[in-house]
Amino acid sequence: MRRSLHPTVWAFLAWLLLLAVNLAFTPGFFSVEVRDGRFYGSLIDVLNHSSPVLLAALGMTLVIATKGVDLSVGSVVAISGAVAALMVTKGQAPLPTVVAVSVGVGLALGLWNGLLVSVFGIQPMVATLVLMVSGRGIAQLLTDGQIITFQDPGLASVAGGSLLGLPNPVVVAACGLAVVAALARWTAFGTMVEAVGDNERAAHLAGVPTRWVKLGAYAVCGVGSAIAGLIVCSYTKAADANNAGLYLELDAILAVVAGGTAMTGGRFTLVGTVVGALILQTLTTTILTKGVPVQWTLVVKAVAVLAVCLLQSDQFRRTVLARRLAA
Amino acid sequence: MKAFRRSNLPVWATLAVFVLAVTAASLRYEHFFSFDVFLNLLRDNAFLGLAAIGVTFVILSGGIDLSVGAMIGFVGVFCATLMNAGVPGWAAIALAVALGTLVGLGMGSLVAFFDLPPFLVTLAGMFLLRGMALVISMEALRIDDPLFQALGHSKWVAPGLLLAVLLLGVYLANFRPFGRAVYAVGGNEQSALLMGLPVRRTKVLVYALSGFCSSLGGVVFAFYTLSGNANSGMTLELDAIAAAVIGGTLLTGGVGHLFGTLLGVLILGTIQTVISFEGTLSSWWTRIAVGLLLLAFIGLQKLFQAGRSETP
Repeated sequence: MRRSLHPTVWAFLAWLLLLAVNLAFTPGFFSVEVRDGRFYGSLIDVLNHSSPVLLAALGMTLVIATKGVDLSVGSVVAISGAVAALMVTKGQAPLPTVVAVSVGVGLALGLWNGLLVSVFGIQPMVATLVLMVSGRGIAQLLTDGQIITFQDPGLASVAGGSLLGLPNPVVVAACGLAVVAALARWTAFGTMVEAVGDNERAAHLAGVPTRWVKLGAYAVCGVGSAIAGLIVCSYTKAADANNAGLYLELDAILAVVAGGTAMTGGRFTLVGTVVGALILQTLTTTILTKGVPVQWTLVVKAVAVLAVCLLQSDQFRRTVLARRLAA
Repeated sequence: MKAFRRSNLPVWATLAVFVLAVTAASLRYEHFFSFDVFLNLLRDNAFLGLAAIGVTFVILSGGIDLSVGAMIGFVGVFCATLMNAGVPGWAAIALAVALGTLVGLGMGSLVAFFDLPPFLVTLAGMFLLRGMALVISMEALRIDDPLFQALGHSKWVAPGLLLAVLLLGVYLANFRPFGRAVYAVGGNEQSALLMGLPVRRTKVLVYALSGFCSSLGGVVFAFYTLSGNANSGMTLELDAIAAAVIGGTLLTGGVGHLFGTLLGVLILGTIQTVISFEGTLSSWWTRIAVGLLLLAFIGLQKLFQAGRSETP
C-alpha cells in the first residue's frame, strides 16, 4: 500500500510546473526590476493581483473547514467598495475611518451569514445565497445604480502605493495571512474549526462551542471580503456595484479546494490556499503575457480546475493513472 | 401517505404566496389581472423556467449545477454562428441541444465516476461554456433566420415549450423509476446504493437532463432576443437555484417538487413585472426583494423541518 500524497503537494507541483513553463517559454517572466524604490515584474504582478482572492480565500478556508461555504463574498466586495467610495466622495472621510467602516460593514455581513448558519441552522449554501442575491441590490441601492469614481489619494493608495518596495495589496494580504494563521494555529480556534467540520455533534459533546466557532469563521470571511473589496475598488478608483468582485466567491472557493482543503470539511491548510490563489493568478498572468487572446482565459481556467480536481481524486489516480502505469 | 402530503406543504405555501402576490398586484394595477399578462409572464421567464427544471432535478439528486447561465450564453452564440454559416434553423437547434446534453453528460460522468464535488465540476463547466462562447464571438450576433423570427414572435411557443418540458419532468420525477432513484440518491446515497439502485447512472443522467433543459432554455432565449450574446444568462444559475428553493426544494437533496420550481420562477417573474409596472422603483429592488423572499421561505422550510424532526 502506497500512502497517497497530501493534496497540497499536488497543488504545489502544479504551480511549479506552471512556473517551469514560464521559465522555458516566457522570456523575462522571472526578472524583477527596481524602479523608484519599488519592485516591478511579472512575479510581483502575480502577487499583487492574487491579493483580493487570497484575502477572501483565507476566511473561506475556515468556513469550508467547518463544512460550510460562503457564496456572498462577491456581494460583500461590492458593498464594501460602494461604502468606501461613497465615504470619500460624499464625506471626504480620512482613510482610517473609511477602512474602519468598510471592515465593520464586512464584519456585520459576515456575522449575519454566521447567525443564519449557526443559530438558525440553515444550510450554508442557502443562507449565504440570500446575501449573494440581495447584496448586489444593496450595493446598487447605495450607489444609486451609478459607477462611483473617486480621486481621493488615500483610498487610491490602498492598491496603488507600496511598502518596502512591495505593492500595498501584497503587504495587506501577507498581514491577513499572518493574522488568520496565528488565529488558527496559535489559539484553539483552528482545532475547534477542524473538530466542527469533522463531526459537529461529537465536537459539541466534547464541549466545543460549535455555534461560536461557525460564527467566527463566517465573520473572518466577511472581514477578508471587505478588505478585498477596498483593494478591488482602489485598483480602478471606482466602485462598480454590478461588476466589482463578480464571481470572486467562486475563485476563492477554487483557491481553497485547489490548495487541498476538501469541501467536505475538517482539516484545512492555509498554505495550500495561498498556493491555490497563486496558481489561479499565475495562470491568468501567463495567459496575458503569452499574448493568448483574452477570450481563452476562461477556457484555460476550466481545464485547470478539472485537472486539479482529477489529480486530487484518489478514484481518478487509482483507476486511470494506475492502469496507464501498469500497461 | 401523511408524510407525502407534508413534504408537499412548502409547494402549497409557495402557491399561496404566488396567489397573494398576483392578487395584491391586481388590486393595485388595473390591467394586471389578465390572460395576456400571465402569458407574458410565462413567455418572459420561459428560459429561466426551463433551466430551473433541470437544476431542480440536479438538486433533488443532492448535487448542484452552476453551468446553466453560461449554457444560455453559449447556446445563443453557437446557434447564431451556425445560422450565419448557412446551417438551417432547425439543424442549429438540434445541434445546440445535442451538444448541451453532451456537456451535461460529461459533467455528470466526472461527478459520478471520479467522485468529484459537483460544485467544482459544474463551475469548470460554467467557465468552459462561457469561455467557448467568448472564443466563438466576443460581440453580440444578430439572428435573421426565418424560423427563429417566426418562433420568436409567437406568443405561444415559449410558454408551450416550458409547460411541455415541465409535464415531461413531472412524469419522469414522479411516475418513473428514474425519478424515484433521483429522490433516493438525494435522500441518502448510501442507502440508495445498498438498495441496489443505479446511483452512478442516475447521477450521470441528472446532469445530462440539466444540460438538455438549459440548452433548450438557451434556444428559447435566442428566440426571445433574436440574437446570440456570450454574456447573456449572467448569474442566471442563481435565479434558477433561488426559484427551486422558493419552490420548496431542499438544497440537501431528496425533497422537492417540479411544480414548486415553476411557481418559484413565476414569483420571481411577478416581482419583476410589479417593479416595472410601478415605474418609480429601480431595478435593484428586484434583487433585494428576491433575497428577502428567499429568507422568508428558508424560515418557512425551517418550521416544517422542525415539525418533522419530532416524528422521524
